[in-house]
Amino acid sequence: MHKFANPARFMRLSKIFLPWFMGLTILLFASGLYYAFFLAPEDYQMGNTYRIIYIHVPAAYMAQFGYGIIAVASAVGFIWKHPLADQAARATAPLGAGFTALALLTGSLWGKPMWGTYWIWDARLTSMLILFFIYLGYMAVWETIEDQVKAAKIAAIVALVGIINVVIIKFSVDWWNTLHQPATLMRLDGPTIGGDMLTALLLMIGAFNMFFITTLIWRIQSLILRRRVRALRMQLGGGQG
Amino acid sequence: MLKLALSIIVRDLRLSMRHGSATTMVMGFFVMVVIMFPFAIGPEQKILARISVGVIWVAALLSCLLSLDRMFQTDYEDGSLDQFILSPVPLELVVMAKCIAHWLTTSLPLIIITPILGIMMNLPESGFLPLILTMLLGTPALSFIGGIGASVTVTLRRGGILLSLLILPLYIPVLIFGSLAVKAVIGGYPAMEHLMLLSGFSLFSAAIAPWAAAAAIRAGLE
Repeated sequence: MHKFANPARFMRLSKIFLPWFMGLTILLFASGLYYAFFLAPEDYQMGNTYRIIYIHVPAAYMAQFGYGIIAVASAVGFIWKHPLADQAARATAPLGAGFTALALLTGSLWGKPMWGTYWIWDARLTSMLILFFIYLGYMAVWETIEDQVKAAKIAAIVALVGIINVVIIKFSVDWWNTLHQPATLMRLDGPTIGGDMLTALLLMIGAFNMFFITTLIWRIQSLILRRRVRALRMQLGGGQG
Repeated sequence: MLKLALSIIVRDLRLSMRHGSATTMVMGFFVMVVIMFPFAIGPEQKILARISVGVIWVAALLSCLLSLDRMFQTDYEDGSLDQFILSPVPLELVVMAKCIAHWLTTSLPLIIITPILGIMMNLPESGFLPLILTMLLGTPALSFIGGIGASVTVTLRRGGILLSLLILPLYIPVLIFGSLAVKAVIGGYPAMEHLMLLSGFSLFSAAIAPWAAAAAIRAGLE
């Protein structure tokens, strides 16, 4: 019973917080989109196409944030054998992978008007792509191992080895990229951004963040419930269900 | 303690010697992958020279990957792995020994036949020694990181594909620094920093792999 104490408390607390988080998400999205589409001025070079950064930048940020959460949750789960942390890491993975895919997609869509092609081996796009595959590998571990306790442990090891390597890979891809093509590509974090553009971007990042947290709580709830359903079935079926 | 680890290496070498087919098959695969490229791209000497380093590195990576799933598999099947866990030798040391044995039986033969492939791929003459050197420095990382992947998938039935999915992204730094160093030497630039980063990555993976792999084996066999 002791093991279930924490997930139970999580369920109770999350039910109180979830409506507030949802409201905040909607509010941030509404204001962020309004700023992004109506208040932020057109870029003098890129016209209206630049507005995709209000999706692209938050998505790319959430992709990295997601892997960070997985790594922290995995470490907590592995060291303290905290079942809730394992579930949190598992629940984060598809979200992070989704945001990574969104960042890749918007990045390549934006690349078409900017670079004249959908794909360029730009350092950021390339590391994003590798991050996507690392997410897939992590999720595959959970899918392949049937015993959930074992899967949690092994997935945690994979995630922790992964986070160290994500940093190394990011560094080496930057290195590789600067040697192959000098930095002529356009950068997002130039000094040109400011005023309403910055407000819109920050609001959108906030909105994505809240959306991420809200969905994460949902997913953890459903994973906990699924585990409970399975435990109850086992009891009913005398260990066969 | 080290004597026991050494005896594990000797045992693995002896095993691979007695059923020599695995090593020769990996070498055959390595050569075949490289040979595929002239057919796909065309036999123009200039283009081959340009892609030779990259092709040989990628082929070495794939060949290494091919042999990884057997790293702990046979020991798991015949129960030796359980004995390793029970033995007084720390499992981390066992993993280290297994990785070294894997490097000796897989990567070393590949490196030995690399010059022949270099000739076939029209590798510039100044590139031969650097290619061998980078492979000597970089392939240990393949065996060590591969050891983590092999230990994660050892108890799984469909482990092979998962292994590739997990491990290949982690091999990218080796590929980047390995081929950059050779290209730098061919182009007449200093290659020292690439070589240092490459050996740094190898040493780093040798440092983390035993812990991660041993933890994964313990979790998997529980």
